[in-house]
Amino acid sequence: MKRQPVLSVEDLSVSFRMYDTGLEQADLQVISNLTLDVCPGEIVAIAGSSGSGKSLLAHAVMGLLPGNASVTGKILYKGMLLSQKEKEKLRGKEIALVPQSVSYLDPLMTVGAQVTGRTPDEKTLKAQKEIFQRFHLKEGTEKLYPFQLSGGMARRILVSTAVLSNAQIILADEPTPGLDLEMAVEALKIFRELADEGKSVLLITHDIDLAFHIADRVAVFYAGTTVEIADAEDFQKGPKALRHPYSKALWEALPQNGFKPIPGFQPYAKDLPKGCLFSPRCPYKTEECEKEIPMTKVRGGYVRCIHAD
Amino acid sequence: MQIEGKNLSFRYGPKLPWVLKDVSLTVKEGERVGLVGPSGYGKSTLVRILAGYLKPEEGQVLLDGKPLPAKGVCPVQLIYQHPENAINPRWKMKKVLQESGMFREDIMGALGIEKDWLQRYPRELSGGELQRFCVARSLFPGTHFLFADEMSTMLDVITQAQIWDLMLKEVEARNLGLLMVTHNMELAKKICTRTINLEKMNHEMKI
Repeated sequence: MKRQPVLSVEDLSVSFRMYDTGLEQADLQVISNLTLDVCPGEIVAIAGSSGSGKSLLAHAVMGLLPGNASVTGKILYKGMLLSQKEKEKLRGKEIALVPQSVSYLDPLMTVGAQVTGRTPDEKTLKAQKEIFQRFHLKEGTEKLYPFQLSGGMARRILVSTAVLSNAQIILADEPTPGLDLEMAVEALKIFRELADEGKSVLLITHDIDLAFHIADRVAVFYAGTTVEIADAEDFQKGPKALRHPYSKALWEALPQNGFKPIPGFQPYAKDLPKGCLFSPRCPYKTEECEKEIPMTKVRGGYVRCIHAD
Repeated sequence: MQIEGKNLSFRYGPKLPWVLKDVSLTVKEGERVGLVGPSGYGKSTLVRILAGYLKPEEGQVLLDGKPLPAKGVCPVQLIYQHPENAINPRWKMKKVLQESGMFREDIMGALGIEKDWLQRYPRELSGGELQRFCVARSLFPGTHFLFADEMSTMLDVITQAQIWDLMLKEVEARNLGLLMVTHNMELAKKICTRTINLEKMNHEMKI
């Protein structure tokens, strides 16, 4: 059965207008031709390189990009094309963000009020108490201000905020750093429960070993585009089940899987290579790789590599 | 050489609960120690005290029996979790390295710092690239101890493996002492010669 995606991103490109030398301006393309969707009841994990545009995607969906950004491509919510105005109307109600930085908390407001809103009803207060308990946040934590919290506590507050928002889609941008394993797993379990209730979760994370186990699908980002989208199961199985050389390299760099780094760096947005963005680091590079590489279907997943089989 | 924290106690205000109470630990040169424990138990506070950024309310930090030097470059260096907050945003990367006296080809080569990056501002580099500079400047010849406070949690696993690979080579070659804070037990297993659980050591419970 083909389900209707609740959020779909089609051919999204984001670039920033920046000053180059003197008064000359140049466009810096940070996301190129990105396509992704998420269905009701589904968790899609986004893994990938630091600085590959994972957070920018979340910000583009929320309509939080700064003024010098230009966006092309489509972002659809329940099949409806979203304009900036509609994004502003939906955000916080239908689409909620767990921001990456703990500095997104209002420093002058108690964290309790930030989670429940200023005039919460009984039900919200009860829900807040429940989730704080699950996160091992002692009673009285809701009366504290952000500066009185440790990094991990602030992180749990941010997750609570999104959970209580009752939104259809949760964009969780790195919800687990600073949390010990037990708390990280608890946070992911909460996302899983929300998904099982029919909500959708986009989970941006570097804790990919945890994400592989709770997500339904995984999208791998590199240099501003998706290189592979596949079932999470394939990522649990390992390199043989994976399709793109970068996904395989990610798997093999995990401490428990050998801790082997591949050499080289993700290219800087100013001088992207032609064709395949991964080709400068790829052992299988051929001349063909310098042409435009489309996403193709291989073994039930999607991959942006002409050598995948 | 060894660095020793003796009966350290700390709280963030005279009426607030103790974050650390009566904590003692020693790290010797050539040792790689992992500091683990649930979030909010004072791991970051402890390494900041040991590196001399915070003053303990009780107890003392001793480097070979003497307090940390108040002047000059400190033989104990701390690498933060967020490199973007640890580098002057208005300096180009070349100046950042020059200031620390670590503008040296061999170090840049060993850490995989590309020449091209030196002419950029911090905002033009990714977290993983910036973290290399933070590692580079902490490795000047007088360093004997490196403290890494969740140095790699914000990085993708490939960059994480790359940076630890470089760090471990330097730590081994120069027989440095390493203390790392982490939540990732798999990572600690790979890197550390022993781990300390702050939950078991710390005598006071907190919020």
